[in-house]
Amino acid sequence: MLRLIAHRLVVSVVLVFLVSLLAFLLQAAAPGDLARTILGQNFSTEAHEQLRHQLGLDQPVLTQYGQWLRDALHGDLGSSPISGLSVAGEIGNRLPVTLSLIGCATAVTAFVGVALGVVSAVHGGRIGRVVDVLSLIGYALPSFWFALTMVTLFAVTVQLLPATGYVALGASPAGWARSLVLPVATLALPGIAVFAKQTRDAMLDALSRDYVTALRAHGVPERSVILRHALRNAAIPVVTLVGLTFIGLLSGTVFVESVFAMPGLGGLAVQATSSHDIKMIQGVVVVFTVIVVVVNLVVDLAYGGLNPKARVR
Amino acid sequence: MTARIEEFVARGVRPGRRWRAALRRPLAVLPLAYLALLVAGSVLAPLLAPYSPVAADLDHVLAGPSLSHVLGTDALGRDVLARLMYGGRVSLLHAAIVVVTVVVAGVASGIAAGYLDGWFDRAFTWVVDVLLAIPVLMTLLVVLAVVGEHQTVVMVALGVLVSPGLARVVRGATLAVRKELYVAAARVCGLPHHRIVAAHVLPRIAGPVIVQVSLLAGGALLIDAGLSYLGFGAQPPDPTWGDMIAQAASVIDRQPWLLVPPGVVLGLAILAFGLLGDAVRDATAGHSPLPQPARTSTLTPCAEPSAALLSLRGLEVTLAGGRVVVEDLCLEIGHGETVALAGESGCGKSITGRAILDLLPAGGAVTAGSFRFDGEDLAATGPRALRGSRIALISQDPVAALDPVFPIGRQVGELVRLRHGGSRTSVRQRTLQLLRDVNLPEEVARRYPHELSGGMAQRVAIAMALAGEPSLLIADEPTTALDAAVQAEVLALLGRLQAERGMAILLITHDWAVVTSFCRRAYVMYAGHIVESGPVEELLTRPRHPYTEGLLGAMPSRARPGTRLTAIPGSVPEPGQWPSGCHFAPRCTLATPECSAAPVPVSEPDAGHRTRCLHHDELAGGERASA
Repeated sequence: MLRLIAHRLVVSVVLVFLVSLLAFLLQAAAPGDLARTILGQNFSTEAHEQLRHQLGLDQPVLTQYGQWLRDALHGDLGSSPISGLSVAGEIGNRLPVTLSLIGCATAVTAFVGVALGVVSAVHGGRIGRVVDVLSLIGYALPSFWFALTMVTLFAVTVQLLPATGYVALGASPAGWARSLVLPVATLALPGIAVFAKQTRDAMLDALSRDYVTALRAHGVPERSVILRHALRNAAIPVVTLVGLTFIGLLSGTVFVESVFAMPGLGGLAVQATSSHDIKMIQGVVVVFTVIVVVVNLVVDLAYGGLNPKARVR
Repeated sequence: MTARIEEFVARGVRPGRRWRAALRRPLAVLPLAYLALLVAGSVLAPLLAPYSPVAADLDHVLAGPSLSHVLGTDALGRDVLARLMYGGRVSLLHAAIVVVTVVVAGVASGIAAGYLDGWFDRAFTWVVDVLLAIPVLMTLLVVLAVVGEHQTVVMVALGVLVSPGLARVVRGATLAVRKELYVAAARVCGLPHHRIVAAHVLPRIAGPVIVQVSLLAGGALLIDAGLSYLGFGAQPPDPTWGDMIAQAASVIDRQPWLLVPPGVVLGLAILAFGLLGDAVRDATAGHSPLPQPARTSTLTPCAEPSAALLSLRGLEVTLAGGRVVVEDLCLEIGHGETVALAGESGCGKSITGRAILDLLPAGGAVTAGSFRFDGEDLAATGPRALRGSRIALISQDPVAALDPVFPIGRQVGELVRLRHGGSRTSVRQRTLQLLRDVNLPEEVARRYPHELSGGMAQRVAIAMALAGEPSLLIADEPTTALDAAVQAEVLALLGRLQAERGMAILLITHDWAVVTSFCRRAYVMYAGHIVESGPVEELLTRPRHPYTEGLLGAMPSRARPGTRLTAIPGSVPEPGQWPSGCHFAPRCTLATPECSAAPVPVSEPDAGHRTRCLHHDELAGGERASA
């Protein structure tokens, strides 16, 4: 287990380096440069050269990368040449929005999905088919299209919930919750069905095992057989799915934040992409990668906690 | 597309090519037809589209579906159908670019890693681990920020970013094929690598690759539409599906209909790819079935009272699909008695043990018979309430019979709490006492099942069975999975516990050595029937059924030196293929036409010795068997 985590950590560090380096190399390979972008249409060669020197663009790529890395390790991700804002500061402002969205969506997905999965494994039949249909819908519907449909239904037609915007948790907990309902529902839909299917398969597998027959033969109540023994065993494959879902939602949030005009990291990335603000998007990518690494680590630890066989190694 | 399907039909199903058969199922034909329609509509858009995709008609903006504009018009009065058709050209082309990139990068590297093994494989696994953790969409946005105007480059980048998933699947499949004997043989024969890959590896990995590619194509459509929704796709006025959704969003309060056409066309396309992948996967891999509805057992009240502890009369057990696996079974066990239920595997003896505790697999039920326990008729209540407290079960594979995620102490403790309640300390003390009773050290309580040997695990299972202080223990092949020395220990332990506690034991076994050393009385089963029952001593010396006689003749320990062991010709018929009348008749040397004419009744030639044979008089006893 410790070796596994150590291995994961090494891979993670390499990953963060690789992703940030990739962004740098792409930037260098791109036609035109930042100085040109800032100066606009009309500029003199001297002004251009001077700005390039100021920005460090006349240095070799790897030197530039080394400089960025030194700053990044001190928590300074530079500042956007387009808006002049500090990259780290801007990310810090927007991180709570994205984490609220993804955190709530993961929790809703896991809870509803596992509940549906357990029920359909135990009762089968109709609920099983509902899960199958739901999973097809969740798989096929583009999240931004589903989000727009939800807005049409619950914000335009029935005016039950706000169509767009985000209220900080500190400002108004009720407003925060209301602003999250539609985006979280949109984000959770595809994952719920995946969870339900995986949980159902894992539960069916667990319930077909000899120890379940043995427990029943010993007269253990069905409640305990299902919720204590089978579910605990089924949780082992399902917990890895929590990590995958969280990471998948990092992509989903880009679209959902855009539809619901939420000031999160996804929106920031889209904005930075349209304005070719590579410094900013590079910072977002690095932060996302770090989130992925942390989530994977937490999942590994949870896996070890649930599975005694993994713990010994 | 239809031509291809017919080609598949004509070729028929060949082993290892089941995915081709899968493409003929309705669930695969419909998606294929829909995708073919999309491709045709997009490719032929210049010929088929009713309007130009950019022709604005400001007199008819935001019109709903009508005869002149089948799917309505958008905010500039442009025909929605025409824009959908032209938009499909971009979306489908982009999806194709992604798929080609993924297949080239993923399949090549996956096969290389799985086939070449060694350092290349280790490096590959490492790189894939790293790449799989990259947030795809974010990285794609970086690419877009740099080379946004080159859509092809963006799609190739997307393909590269998602290829590790496919590469891993391909590596796994290749590895499995490489370990097959015929591939190893081909390598030894010196067949060039590319020939082996082309002839043996590629056909075998085609199924998983099609599944993955199908899902990836759907995902590519989704991401492509998402990017154009965000404004990173083809620039206006050229239509794309994502851009049409974005424009619909801006007039959502005036004409919500505009959301429907692009959303449905796109959603169905993704769905079609998904269903196609599912159909191929279901055909190439096993799929866990949904649980079957439970059936209720029908027990009839028992007429005659019985002094026995357990009394089964005319029991019939039916499994899922209506297969009768046990027929007209009568069995009695006295208080404190040790009885064997013997027979070959598949004859229905384990199912009988399960039926006694109402533990039949899904879809199975007791469909006839009566059931008495300790003088009580269970027709109304069923045997469920007896589980653990009156009747306990230990089974063949002791490690599998323990929950792998809880330490032993917690598992035994749960049963102790269930049966006796009490404080934590008293539960703990009782638990440790039970472990000592089965000759296990106390520290076993802290261990997990996978840390125990088979013999230890079987002792734990016995301790758990004892927690409820049952009066009957059903031991289903308790020693089959154990070493000979451990077998003897476990049997000795069972014997001691039985003597101490006065507990009856029903020993289900195929091993006559165990029967003779451990049991006084035995029931012999063959193909769902009890064919003979009586004291073990008598069964051995004077068998009254040709099947018992045959079994004894096949026992090495009873053979006389210098004579051949006799084997019964033929094999046990499967349930559902039982002959009428006596189930053993087709394999029996004594069989006459009457044997197969009608069900053979049970007779009792000697007191306590019953047989289901018309010709039991012709059996001259044990001497004939070994002569």
